[in-house]
Amino acid sequence: MPAIHYEGNVFPLAENESVLDALLRNGVLAPHSCKAGSCGSCLMRAFEGSIPARAQQGLKESWKAQGYFLPCVCHPASDLSIRAVDASEQVGASIAALDRLSDDVMRVRLQCDAPLEFHAGQYVTVVRENGLARSYSIASLPDAPQLELHVRRVATGRMSAWLHEQARPGDRVSLRGPFGECFYVPGKEDQPLLLVGTGTGLAPLYGVLQDALRHGHRGPIHLVHGALHRRGLYLVDDLRRLGEHHTHFGYVPTVLNGTSSEGLTVGAIDQVVLERFPKLNGWRGFVCGDPDVVKSLKKRLFLSGMASREIHADAFLPSAQAAS
Amino acid sequence: MERSLYDQLGGAAAVDAAVDVFYRKVLADGRINSFFDDVDMDRQILKQKAFLTMVFGGPASYTGKDMRTGHAHLIKRGLNDSHVDAVIELLGASLRELGVAEPLIAKVAAIAESARADVLNR
Ligand SMILES: Cc1cc2nc3c(=O)[nH]c(=O)nc-3n(C[C@H](O)[C@H](O)[C@H](O)COP(=O)(O)OP(=O)(O)OC[C@H]3O[C@@H](n4cnc5c(N)ncnc54)[C@H](O)[C@@H]3O)c2cc1C
Ligand code: FES
Repeated sequence: MPAIHYEGNVFPLAENESVLDALLRNGVLAPHSCKAGSCGSCLMRAFEGSIPARAQQGLKESWKAQGYFLPCVCHPASDLSIRAVDASEQVGASIAALDRLSDDVMRVRLQCDAPLEFHAGQYVTVVRENGLARSYSIASLPDAPQLELHVRRVATGRMSAWLHEQARPGDRVSLRGPFGECFYVPGKEDQPLLLVGTGTGLAPLYGVLQDALRHGHRGPIHLVHGALHRRGLYLVDDLRRLGEHHTHFGYVPTVLNGTSSEGLTVGAIDQVVLERFPKLNGWRGFVCGDPDVVKSLKKRLFLSGMASREIHADAFLPSAQAAS
Repeated sequence: MERSLYDQLGGAAAVDAAVDVFYRKVLADGRINSFFDDVDMDRQILKQKAFLTMVFGGPASYTGKDMRTGHAHLIKRGLNDSHVDAVIELLGASLRELGVAEPLIAKVAAIAESARADVLNR
């Protein structure tokens, strides 16, 4: 079995064990969350040995070349020497403001110590001083003075409950990333865009929307935001105002349970999308939020004619249960 | 020398052009789409590309053994000849839609046919 070389220790991998699980089994406090190669929380760097392609999937090319990889999906064929990402490879940030966007969504504004290069809609991993790491999508534009995240309160959630209840302006965190390919790429400015998501899936979509408008996107832009109830929707007034301002932007607030008053559409979000947008040939799509909803919406858009390479999605995978 | 089937079809570009058409038909087909209900679309598209490359006679990344292990869990869920028939039929329909000539479609179908035993683990 290949072994992991880490800070002077040699950890042989057990059968089918990922590099992350081997580190955790040996008591290394390695930050992680999804354990599925999707959130970026576990990012590390290898300096000797060969990294399997799967462990670098989705990372940007310059990072791949520098040996960054995701240990949770790394099953090397031979020995690998690795190290943790150090402070110089993360960006320090202070919480600048916390304000409630709805009963269970908090807008977290972060002031970064150094400029962070990102596209609105990508996500960063927020690492607390105790090592807890969770990823959140960026709702603001790069030239905004602060980074804006939308964090939904998860019952018994370690990061989200802290942000909702204990964190105060001035508290420190570190940021890893940015990650992900769910962002607006300029060009094809007449192409119709469809943005669909549930819950805080709105965060990256809001970022993508602002970016598209800022770039002078001319084609129609439709945003379908779904929630269980009316009170699960947020930024409703801002989005309505944007719709009045930009006639090519259409906002479709959707609830699963409720009445179709106040301009709300009632129904399951994939049905609403199917009814309103039955033909999507030539469109570009962005889909974010709950993993199951994202999975079925991606299929929905594809079956309605959207090309697979035009579908950009981020599934908000929850943290995996701690390894026993 | 005759050009290879893969080149005649248009190589990697033809695979890229065919994959959405083919996979969309698969997902819309009530005979087989239940096998794809819970799979991740992006990963499945990569697999479909590898499959199309193979049946187009291209640089094979699939081996017979891969085909066996890759479908073993589907056999437990009832995968049989009728499903393989449906896939070959949709493959032909996709190529026809893309304007591929019938003799080439027949060659693709023959390669797909040759994988039947591996897919069904016989
Ligand atoms: C790419 C990516 C982008 C993300 N962007 C955002 C974002 O913009 N806004 C946002 O609010 N969140 C986002 N998330 C989710 C976020 O990273 C955390 O998973 C979430 O905030 C919960 O973390 P926690 O520490 O509060 O809860 P944890 O302590 O991790 O979880 C507590 C318990 O709740 C369960 N749980 C957690 N989440 C769920 C869920 N959704 N459904 C069912 N059970 C759950 C856990 O399994 C655990 O048992 C994103 C995730 C990914 C992978
Ligand atoms: S990417 Fe490794 S824990 Fe999420």
